[in-house]
Amino acid sequence: MQREFTCIVCPNGCRITADYEKKEDGSLIIRSVEGQTCRRGEEYVRQELTDPRRTIASSAAVKGGEMPLCSVRLTAPVPKKEIFRVMEAIREITMEAPVEEGTVILSNVLGYDADLIATRTVHKA
Amino acid sequence: MKYADVVIVGGGPAGLAAAVRLYDMGIRDILILEREHSLGGILRQCIHDGFGLTRFGVSLSGPEYASRFIGEVEKRQIPYITDTTVIEITRDKLVTAAGEAGLLQVQAKAVILTMGCRERTRGALAIPGTRPAGVMTAGVAQAYINLQNRMIGKEVVILGSGDIGMIMARRLTLEGAHVIAVFEVMPVASGLPRNIEQCLNDYGIPLYLSHTVTDIKGTDRLESVTISQVDDHMQPIPGTEKEYACDTLILSVGLIPENELTLGAGASLDDHTKGALVDEFYQSDIPGIFAAGNVLHVHDLVDFVSMEAEALAEGAAAYVREGSLPECLVSVTAGDNVGHALPQKVSGERDFLLSLRPRRPMQDVRLKVSQGENIILERKMKKVLPAEMIQLKIRKEKLSREGSITVSISQ
Ligand SMILES: Cc1cc2nc3c(=O)[nH]c(=O)nc-3n(C[C@H](O)[C@H](O)[C@H](O)COP(=O)(O)OP(=O)(O)OC[C@H]3O[C@@H](n4cnc5c(N)ncnc54)[C@H](O)[C@@H]3O)c2cc1C
Repeated sequence: MQREFTCIVCPNGCRITADYEKKEDGSLIIRSVEGQTCRRGEEYVRQELTDPRRTIASSAAVKGGEMPLCSVRLTAPVPKKEIFRVMEAIREITMEAPVEEGTVILSNVLGYDADLIATRTVHKA
Repeated sequence: MKYADVVIVGGGPAGLAAAVRLYDMGIRDILILEREHSLGGILRQCIHDGFGLTRFGVSLSGPEYASRFIGEVEKRQIPYITDTTVIEITRDKLVTAAGEAGLLQVQAKAVILTMGCRERTRGALAIPGTRPAGVMTAGVAQAYINLQNRMIGKEVVILGSGDIGMIMARRLTLEGAHVIAVFEVMPVASGLPRNIEQCLNDYGIPLYLSHTVTDIKGTDRLESVTISQVDDHMQPIPGTEKEYACDTLILSVGLIPENELTLGAGASLDDHTKGALVDEFYQSDIPGIFAAGNVLHVHDLVDFVSMEAEALAEGAAAYVREGSLPECLVSVTAGDNVGHALPQKVSGERDFLLSLRPRRPMQDVRLKVSQGENIILERKMKKVLPAEMIQLKIRKEKLSREGSITVSISQ
C-alpha cells in the first residue's frame, strides 16, 4: 500500500510517501519511505503507521492567581486516540496559586510515559 | 527628560533578544518600553508547542520560549517599563511614551523598533452583511481562550488558512466546540503544511480552498455565514452560495506589521513587506533607527525573529559606539517569483543574511542570487511555499560594491 504523509516533526513539513504492507498477524513491513529530508521523517512515518502519537497543549484552572488559568503541556506524545481523555483529565485539575513554570502537575498521564507540566508561572493575585 | 543609549520599543521576542545581545556587547544603557502589563509579546498567548526547535532543539510552548529570554533580561537587570505605550518617535530619536505615570520622554542615541504586527480585520476585507457579535480575529479568540478563560462559541467557521487560524481550529475543538470548516479564498493554503496536518486533518476539519464568506447574518449574535466559491480572479461565483449556521466566525487572514511609529519618524516602508526599508544592519533609512521581528516582515518562526534581533543588535552597538554605520548603496530586489527580499540595501563588503518569500508554491526550482552577470549563489530546491520564509547566508567574497543584487526563483 502507498500512503502520503506530511511530517509534523519540524516546520519543514516534508511530504513523505511510504510503501508498506500490513500482514495478517498485524505486523508491518515498510518497503520504502521517500521524500523526507532527515532521519526523523522516517521515524515519524513508522510511528504514524504503527501507533500515531501527539503532544497536547492546553490550560488548567488556577485559584487565587493573577489569572484564572495556567498553560500546560505534555512532555511527551501520547496515542492520538487518547487526546480527548487527556483533555478530560486536564479539565478536572484546579491548582492553587502560585504555580511555578515547569511544575509537574500530573505525572504519567493516563499511565503513559508523559507528564503534564505548567508552561508559565502564575503569581498570587 | 531621560537619556539612554538605546530605547527598545516593544518587549516581545525581538525586543528581548536585541536587549540581551546589546548588553552582552557592552551597551548597557538600554531601556525597553512595553505596552502590555508583562514582557513576552504575542508568545504569551501562544500556548501550543513547536517553538524553539531551531534555537534550543526542543519543542517549547510560546510562554516557555518567552520566559527563557525574559530570564536573560532579568539576570542582566536590563531596565524595562511595562504598561507604557510609545506614542511618538522623532527623526532625532526622541521617544515619547504614555504610561501610568503620565508622559515619559527619552532621548536615545539609537532606537530599536520591535512592535510586532497586528491582524487584518473584517474592515480590511470588506465582508458584507450585518455586524453581530461573534466575529473576531484568530488572535483575539486566542487571547480570550488562553489568557482570560472565556469560551467564544460552539459552532465555528474559520475564514483564512493562516497558521493562527488553524491552531485555533484545534484549540477550539479540544475545548469542545465544533469547527465546521476552514475556508480560504486563495487556491493554496497560507499556513504551514504541518499545521494543516496536525490542526485540521487530525480532527477531521475540512479545508476548502478558493472559497470565501459573501454574507453574514445575525442581529445580536452571529447566526449564519454564506460561503461562495471564487473564480481565478477571486470573484465569488454566483450560484455556489451555501449557508452555514454558526455562532462564531474567526478571521485568520493575515498579519500586518505595526508601523505607524516608523512612518511618524519619517522612515520609508517597503510596499511588499509593509515594514521599514532596511540595510544589512537592519537600520532604516533614518540613521540610528533599527527594526527587526514581525514589525519588519512577518515571520512564521520565532526562532528566526530572535536571530534577526541579535544580528540587529550588532549593528546598533556599532552605531552607538561610532555614531554611524558604513554606507549601504547596493540595492537588493525581488525578481521573478519572489514576493519580497530583505535587507533592501547592502554594502557589498560584509556577509549578510538574505530573507525572502516565494510568491507562489513551486516544485523543483532553482533559486538564484545574482549581481549583474555575476552569480552569487544558486540553489536547487525541491519545493518552495509562500508560507515558508527562506533564509540564505550571502558571503562577502562573492559581492561587489557596484550593481544591484537580484533574487529570483525559476523552474
Ligand atoms: C497568534 C500567533 C501564533 C504564532 N504561532 C507560532 C508558532 O507556532 N511557532 C513559531 O515559531 N512562531 C509563531 N508565531 C510567530 C511568532 O510568535 C512571532 O514571529 C514573534 O512573536 C514575533 O516577535 P516580535 O517581537 O517581533 O513581535 P511580538 O511578539 O508581537 O511583540 C511585540 C511587542 O511590542 C509591543 N508593542 C507594540 N507597539 C508598542 C508601542 N507602541 N509601545 C510599546 N510597546 C509596543 C507589544 O505589546 C508586544 O509585546 C505566531 C504568531 C502569532 C501572532
